Amino acid sequence: MKKIIALLLALVMALAMMGCAATEEPAEDPAEEPAVEEETPAEEPAEESEVVVMSHADYMAAELDTQVVIETYVQDKQSWWEDKATVYTQDEDGAYFLYEMNCSAEDYEKLVPGTKIRVTGHKTEWAGEIEIMDGTFEIIEGNYIAEPVDATVWLGTDELIAHQNELVSFKGMTVEASIDADGNEAAFLYSWDGSGEDGSDLYFNASVNGQTYTFTVESYLRDNTTDVYAAVKALQVGDVIDMEGFLYWYEGVNPHITVVTAAE
Amino acid sequence: MKRRLLILLLIFSMVLPLSGCHGAQRMVGFTVPEEFDTSREYEITFWAKNDTNKAQTRIYETAIERFQELYPNVTVNLRLYTDYGRIYNDVITNISTNTTPNVCITYPDHIATYITGQESVVALDQLFADERYGLGGSDLRYEGPLQEEIIPQFLSECAINGAYYAIPYMRSTEACYINKTYVEALGYTLPEVLTWDFVWEVSEAAAKKDSEGTYLLNGQKVMIPFIYKSTDNMMIQMLRQKEADYSTPQGNILIFNDTTRELLFTVADHVKTGAFSTFKISSYPANFLNAGQCVFAVDSTAGATWMGSNAPLSDISEDKLVDFETAVRPVPQFDPDNPQMISQGPSVCVFNKEDPQEVLASWLFAQYLLTNEVQIAYAQTEGYVPVTSKARNTAEYQDYLSRGGENNKLYYDVKLQATQLLLDHVEDTFVTPVFSGSASLRDAAGQMIETAAKSVRRKITVDDAFIDELYEEMNALYHLDQTGSAGQGKTEFGPLPTTAKILLGTLGIAWLLMGIYTGREIWKKRKAVKTDSH
Repeated sequence: MKKIIALLLALVMALAMMGCAATEEPAEDPAEEPAVEEETPAEEPAEESEVVVMSHADYMAAELDTQVVIETYVQDKQSWWEDKATVYTQDEDGAYFLYEMNCSAEDYEKLVPGTKIRVTGHKTEWAGEIEIMDGTFEIIEGNYIAEPVDATVWLGTDELIAHQNELVSFKGMTVEASIDADGNEAAFLYSWDGSGEDGSDLYFNASVNGQTYTFTVESYLRDNTTDVYAAVKALQVGDVIDMEGFLYWYEGVNPHITVVTAAE
Repeated sequence: MKRRLLILLLIFSMVLPLSGCHGAQRMVGFTVPEEFDTSREYEITFWAKNDTNKAQTRIYETAIERFQELYPNVTVNLRLYTDYGRIYNDVITNISTNTTPNVCITYPDHIATYITGQESVVALDQLFADERYGLGGSDLRYEGPLQEEIIPQFLSECAINGAYYAIPYMRSTEACYINKTYVEALGYTLPEVLTWDFVWEVSEAAAKKDSEGTYLLNGQKVMIPFIYKSTDNMMIQMLRQKEADYSTPQGNILIFNDTTRELLFTVADHVKTGAFSTFKISSYPANFLNAGQCVFAVDSTAGATWMGSNAPLSDISEDKLVDFETAVRPVPQFDPDNPQMISQGPSVCVFNKEDPQEVLASWLFAQYLLTNEVQIAYAQTEGYVPVTSKARNTAEYQDYLSRGGENNKLYYDVKLQATQLLLDHVEDTFVTPVFSGSASLRDAAGQMIETAAKSVRRKITVDDAFIDELYEEMNALYHLDQTGSAGQGKTEFGPLPTTAKILLGTLGIAWLLMGIYTGREIWKKRKAVKTDSH
């Protein structure tokens, strides 16, 4: 009898351990995991024979909602979220904004400035911003980092939109007061109406030639630990500054600023 | 002795499998302390959501200041979000490290996931009923509502598995904001309740262009006659209005049905003609409406201050604004005599902590958000309605409702119309069942409309084969075959796995053998006693 009980004891304890081991890896909760296991674009390049890569001019001429294939160079990364990356890219001829491109976390790390990628996606327009949506990409040989082009003289002109999404600079601009929703003046606002807090997008105004324009520090692109975020928080009305950033569009020009310095 | 030890060990080993498999980080259930210990200092965090609206931020800040004046030993740290999705993702991340906020604005759909497998969110029933600190409790330092003063329909939305895991904070619904001037210019008369047929017909008429590609209605190159902000709501409401399946309360997914298919075909038809688009594809409905590039714009009543020529908030430059008369109506209906519309808006949950006093402090703050002062002030920032009859019945709130159109700020007429719309239709609102995965189902509902619309724009044929593939894709993408673990009521778990059957069988045999062994021992002892006595 002792032997039977001992055997039973061993069996029950072994089964108990087996049962508990099975719970160590809980069932995946759909809400906690990235929504989809996308095939990694970098691991599945398009077949060479099918690829017709567009020039920037071809891309700009392409109709909205058509499929486009371009080769471009990463200039900066805005965000990665659930296997979707938003990236600023540019080649020698112009810029491309890649919105929520399919991208694993591992591949996102590879998208350092200068990296050349071939992107297949659909050309779309959202609130005036021309972008590539639902894109996939592969990393290819090549490297290019754009120099900012001075866009100060294009402010307020039709020329500006031709440089949409490019890395640009604005020089000798004077910080003007922003007014929050309560009517208070400030050199900058957290969020567009002052409703945000540290960590929110920063909005500030600056003028040149008597015209005032609004600039944004996009918090996903440059968060509150960055130099530009700190520089904008330190601005005073009347400061004269130089800036660099990407010529983003939202219902009109809405530059995403990455560098602010005192004017040279 | 050895035998006894062996039996004890056997019993212990049998209890072990029953107790050892629960999560190691499970929070101990909360019990309301008898007394709030005011001799101690508490620091609590409040994750709040605003609609990128300075007035709302100010109301949160003021509420915190007033609360801290009443409870000087409690410090409330505010963290602001403008997106429910971000709050949800941050909470999920923080649950695993036990660093959740104390009080959090949320949707019940999200709470269903938060409470899966652990007591991270406090069930509030005990707290509601507590005589001293509960709703209308005797020891509160403010005048909060009684439980019966919370609108029952809104409170019921916060119940999961028969317990309350949140309190409603604000409620809104969707409204259709209409360029009435355009509707009449097209020769139509705006009905009191829109039907889908009417909206599609007028939208098709508004989509007509001349040979130059200019829209006849507005003389512009851009016109999206009908644009919808939240396509998940669009699908959910259409299905509800058609009494079609969506899900069971337990979390069985029923959305992939023929009615959904027909609705997607309808959407595709109107995308093809340029009569319909969505926020995700084009931009904010308000921007198109206010620029005279849209006839019907569906968005939350909590977005009313952005709608109309004279809207106090706007994202487009003044030179793009077009002057027109704005009308506000419930979302389009299939049966105008039986209107159905979604109930939405923020609720507030309290997260569990090791220290019950800290939880009590959190509850006191959460409950403070239901006071008239906070409810009325916040409701006035947008097309929200207070969630308590106590606030609604005040002279102050009634006066506010009566002054629509007095100015384009506090009394902006479109906002007041949107508010009145919900107040008039509370009985016509509904919510979808809440279960673990219900948030994913909601996402899938919207994504099907988005995918169908995008595909049409990309010249992809939307036919039965397309829909079949879309259903499969959505099922996989949102893991909809794994939902329902936190469902309400009885849940079907399916057959037991083999290992469980073996384990249970072994336990049964062990108990049987123990019974036989013990019986045999007792029989032996009795026999011995009988033998001795003879």
